[in-house]
Amino acid sequence: MKPVWIAVVVLAIIGLFAVPLILAKNGDPDKTFMGTDDRAQEAIKERNPEYVRWAKPLWSPPSTEVESGIFAIQAAAGAGVLGYVIGYLRGKASRVGKPDAHV
Amino acid sequence: MHIMEGMLPVAHAVGWWVVSGSVLAYCGWTVGRKLRERPGDKFLLSASAAYMFTLSALKLPSVTYSCSHPTGVGLGAILFGWRPMVVISSIVLSFQALLLAHGGFTTLGANLFSMGIVGGLVARGTFRLLRSLKAPWTVCVFLASALGDLLTYVVTAGQIAWAFPDPASGFSGAFVKYLGIFALTQIPLAVAEGLLTVLVVNALAAYDRQEIQELGAIPLGVPA
Repeated sequence: MKPVWIAVVVLAIIGLFAVPLILAKNGDPDKTFMGTDDRAQEAIKERNPEYVRWAKPLWSPPSTEVESGIFAIQAAAGAGVLGYVIGYLRGKASRVGKPDAHV
Repeated sequence: MHIMEGMLPVAHAVGWWVVSGSVLAYCGWTVGRKLRERPGDKFLLSASAAYMFTLSALKLPSVTYSCSHPTGVGLGAILFGWRPMVVISSIVLSFQALLLAHGGFTTLGANLFSMGIVGGLVARGTFRLLRSLKAPWTVCVFLASALGDLLTYVVTAGQIAWAFPDPASGFSGAFVKYLGIFALTQIPLAVAEGLLTVLVVNALAAYDRQEIQELGAIPLGVPA
């Protein structure tokens, strides 16, 4: 892929997430950016008030701060390994003398 | 796509566990055998697992003003097929059920079915079909990972609708309702995941073209 196309794709990805955030600036209570998993759980409860939830999570993060920290660890662990692999491959390619390493 | 702990009736939870548990056992066995044959694959397979770990931790805003997260199943399914993705999905889902109260162990069977099994099969199937039609590799990779992501959420909506049909309109009414929550939100996220997977395959191929071609992700003789 040519560098210009890579730049276009990166901008497109950023745009896909920036647009809804920009559009929802007005503090509308319907535009809360709640998670779909929680939204579905609420819809089930609302439509099936007789349903008894028969299992609860073994452990829940005590606050959203702790939760976001654990999510960050999950993302960072993945990004670290992926970066290591790509870096390793790049180093190996340059040692073998394949100069097509121009991303 | 996480159905929360205890939010499926016992019969459904057990049923999905039986289905997904058997598929997981089969996949674990074939993946173990494959890795003994080709131990060199471990490196890129761990990169695929890492990609999935990262993407499934990201809750992203969508045009429905809800947040959802991509699945990241596409990359590994394109490189190694759907089977390893079932094994990796089970690890990711267990991590989130245990430490994040996200999803759950009673619903692990259902969640593994939508994310690992259907997501992996759709991504792999789309990729193989488009490759056989000689579509450019970027198109194959993009659509495979985007559709794998999107169909996961369609299946989740179907699973919930099956367990909780609408009193008036039955399964189909409930399915439409839950599709509205899940699938619509997921469309821009699926597009973004497709685009990102193209970038990652491109980066991997820039440095280890031979391996990526051997795995069939990019056809021989195609410039980066």
